[in-house]
Amino acid sequence: AEEFSLMYPFFYRPMFEVIEDGWNSFLPKDAFKDLESMTDEWRLSEVNKDFSVCPSYPPLVAVPKDVDDDTLRKAATFRHSGRFPVLSYYHKKNGMVMMRAGQPLTGTNGRRCKEDEKLINATLRPGKRGYIIDTRTINVAQQAKARGGGFESEANYPQWRRIHKAIERSNVLQESLIKLVEACNDQSHSMDRWLSKLEASSWQTHVKEILTTACLAAQCIDREGASVLVHGTEGTDSTLQVTSLAQIILDPACRTIRGFQGLVEREWLQAGHPFRQRCAQSAYSNSKPRQEAPVFLLFLDCVWQILRQFPCSFEFSESFLVLLFEHAYASQFGTFLGNRTAERAKLSLPEKTVSLWSWVNRPQELERLSNPLFEANSLVIWPSVAPQSLLLWEGVFLRWNRSSRCLDEAYEEMVHIIEYNKELQNKVNSLRRQLAQLETEDPLLQTP
Amino acid sequence: MEHIRLPKVESVRLLDRVSPRRSRVGTLYLTATHTIFVENEAGVRSETWVLHSLVCSMEKQAASASGCPLIIHCKNFQVLHFVIPRERECHDVHLSLQRLSQPETYEELYCFSFNPNVDDEERRQEWDFLDLKADYRRMGLPNSLWKLSTVNQHYKVSDTYPADLFVPESATPPVIVGSSKFRSRGRFPTLSYYSKENHAAICRSSQPLSGFSARCLEDEQMLEAILRSNPRSDFMYVVDTRPKLNAIANRAAGKGYENEDNYSNIKFQFIGIENIHVMRNSQQKMLEVCELRSPSMSDFLEGLESSGWLKHIKAVLDAGIFIAKAVAEEGVSVLVHCSDGWDRTAQVCSVASVLLDPYYRTLRGLMVLIEKDWVSFGHKFSHRCNHQVGDPKEVSPIIDQFLECVWQLMEQYPCAFEFNERFLITIHSHIYSCQYGNFIGNNQRERIELGLRERSHSLWSYLWTNQADYMNPLYRPDHSQAQGLLRPSTAPYCFKFWRGLYNRFDRGMHPRQSVEDYLSAIQEETQQLEEQLASHKQVGQNLSCLSFKLRFSKVENGKGLPG
Repeated sequence: AEEFSLMYPFFYRPMFEVIEDGWNSFLPKDAFKDLESMTDEWRLSEVNKDFSVCPSYPPLVAVPKDVDDDTLRKAATFRHSGRFPVLSYYHKKNGMVMMRAGQPLTGTNGRRCKEDEKLINATLRPGKRGYIIDTRTINVAQQAKARGGGFESEANYPQWRRIHKAIERSNVLQESLIKLVEACNDQSHSMDRWLSKLEASSWQTHVKEILTTACLAAQCIDREGASVLVHGTEGTDSTLQVTSLAQIILDPACRTIRGFQGLVEREWLQAGHPFRQRCAQSAYSNSKPRQEAPVFLLFLDCVWQILRQFPCSFEFSESFLVLLFEHAYASQFGTFLGNRTAERAKLSLPEKTVSLWSWVNRPQELERLSNPLFEANSLVIWPSVAPQSLLLWEGVFLRWNRSSRCLDEAYEEMVHIIEYNKELQNKVNSLRRQLAQLETEDPLLQTP
Repeated sequence: MEHIRLPKVESVRLLDRVSPRRSRVGTLYLTATHTIFVENEAGVRSETWVLHSLVCSMEKQAASASGCPLIIHCKNFQVLHFVIPRERECHDVHLSLQRLSQPETYEELYCFSFNPNVDDEERRQEWDFLDLKADYRRMGLPNSLWKLSTVNQHYKVSDTYPADLFVPESATPPVIVGSSKFRSRGRFPTLSYYSKENHAAICRSSQPLSGFSARCLEDEQMLEAILRSNPRSDFMYVVDTRPKLNAIANRAAGKGYENEDNYSNIKFQFIGIENIHVMRNSQQKMLEVCELRSPSMSDFLEGLESSGWLKHIKAVLDAGIFIAKAVAEEGVSVLVHCSDGWDRTAQVCSVASVLLDPYYRTLRGLMVLIEKDWVSFGHKFSHRCNHQVGDPKEVSPIIDQFLECVWQLMEQYPCAFEFNERFLITIHSHIYSCQYGNFIGNNQRERIELGLRERSHSLWSYLWTNQADYMNPLYRPDHSQAQGLLRPSTAPYCFKFWRGLYNRFDRGMHPRQSVEDYLSAIQEETQQLEEQLASHKQVGQNLSCLSFKLRFSKVENGKGLPG
């Protein structure tokens, strides 16, 4: 805690008027009100209000209505770091839900926890099955047993179909990013070397894997009409990438500026992604603290991929994503400080620092970050995960290598085309009104 | 029609390339010019037309319970996977298509039967639409330094060169003819591009027949003349676009490259671009990667790397940049050649022109450039694009590479080009489709012999008529990007995979919403709004005028004002 109080956000005094305090913009109880308006099958539990049941969870969590706090306490003992299954997303269209958790602590003895089973079974409709998406391969999940972890067995979870994916552990990601940065900075001008290094970094492989898994989760919910539980090992990295991306796919609200902020708040900050550990150093640092990993950056990259494929479906533009990337690593705002809600409360961040959202949600910033092509739609958008469809995020990985002047100019031109059109529309409408008035006012001009 | 063994097959399935479990059922028809698949699912009537001339190869696979698979690969990279119920039918379709897609004579080509219903006068106007002489005039030629030579009027000096050629003022017919005898296929050094601003020029030729030590006074005089036509420079570059090893190997066959000792004031340079066989194999490997059903990122990147395709694109662009810089920044003239001067030379000269001159970045300008440096200068379209049965070793995607260089530039300079990606793809498609006469044959002389002007139609006027489809909404002629010399980066990471061409028909792979279409629609609306604004203003003016007149007349007539 000592090193914290010396960090910049504690000293930063905003040069702008704080109209809306971002620390209060996305509270769990407000998010719950939205949920309540759609369904009465869930309740907000305070079982974790002093962070004793799950240190990395927020004080309020949404759980099935009929599951009591005692059940939750017991389930927490069966999940990695106490991260029992909680609600991540409710799909209004068909009432299906997505939950997330840490891995079950089955261990080598095949331990079971009836309360955990009851908790997740409560989300199933009678006679219907759910899907458990384990972000680890079956081998990795098996090996986890030796360390006290494991996966949900068919015997104890008969109503759930388990699917394993192959998302790499976060330490692998850091290595991947270092290699990618190195590839981008290679001065040899050899195409073979570039492609070879790009491939060897595997960064785009990770992008593809995460997007594929998010699509899978979204398909289970939207197409199969089934509920989904997502977990990896700790439930703080790949789990959150999958649940948040799935919401981008499924929920148009998450594609608005505010909606995306809320998504980051819920699925990353409040959900306990360890930002302080993952984003301790610069993304370009060569040193490798054990916990360092560009998990959040990878998530933003995936969002950017979807944004590229659906350029009219997002209220925000690429610059918003780049902004979040920057602030996750270094910021004058307190939003990304700390690893979990408990820490942020202990450090009194909401009182002592300014929230990033306070700054972003001012009209002049919103204008700068918004997407001129945006046309609200209520669609579920399915990104292509073919290698040909996935691009290297130049705006982040090549930003210091090459001038973006021409692309910036193209963007300005695009904005100009759209603005000019709006201007003309207004002029035409206004003239039309004037003409109509002229005709009514002047009796001499009345058509006989 | 005699080649069609089986005009109709029912219950054929067309498999979705990416998800083979998804398929459509319909009837397959074979006509004289097309294969047509008509889907006959209830309520749906969609047709897939494939031009025979676009069919590149076919693969008949082993029959299974569901039928006999026939995979058709097209020259525009479309891949169709049919499953035909009976082996016998599949066999007949395969044989018919094989014959239909590989014409044995020019007469069978589609351009001679394609009939868009225009009369002869309109057809002639189509062919007159593009005037190459006008482009030379635009460059300021002829002038005191460069003149039009009639030496090749009857294609006697070089039968693969055009009839109209620009040469230095001081180059006399004996010099030209002498030089042509020292050049492979008589393709002597002649003008490709002239810069009005600084008199530097890009000239092109084929390799000299220098062997190990041969010399030719007239050829040396020709280069001297080119040098002198640029008074501001005391040297010129000679660029051989072949790898040094290949050029040296050519010496053993009595050909080779220019010796700096023999030619005064030249600086000789190799810029290694690989030959047509390497390019053919490269594209083939890349297409195999594109056709992988569910490749991993590694499969894709490894495949792309091992094909070497982007490396070759970079090599062509690097060469173009060297020449463009020599002309625009150093004010030095350049002579470019390869072996025959109709493949790499064409690529490099036209890429350099695009970099140098904003005109070639317009719709009309690009058409003129292709007509000049590719069509008129004898790029062997029919051989390279496999228009008929011929030597498979002659086939090579050379024009593809040029079009891709333009596309890579468009990606770096989104506001600098008047046309869009669709323009390039359409041109590519029609180079291979033989629907229009522009690219039939291998040189100008052949085209005249075939009577293409009278018997076929021109692509250029079709494109011009439909220009609305090919415009780039971000282009403004006065935009800073659209001015002067382009200086693109050729760092490897700047080169993108051209999904729009190579996976064109995999609709799911492309962005589901097109920024370009959106902006084009807005611009169309803007135009209508501008018209409405003008008309409303006019009405407004008229009304005020009228109102004033009425009042005035009332006052005049002593009636006073109302109210």
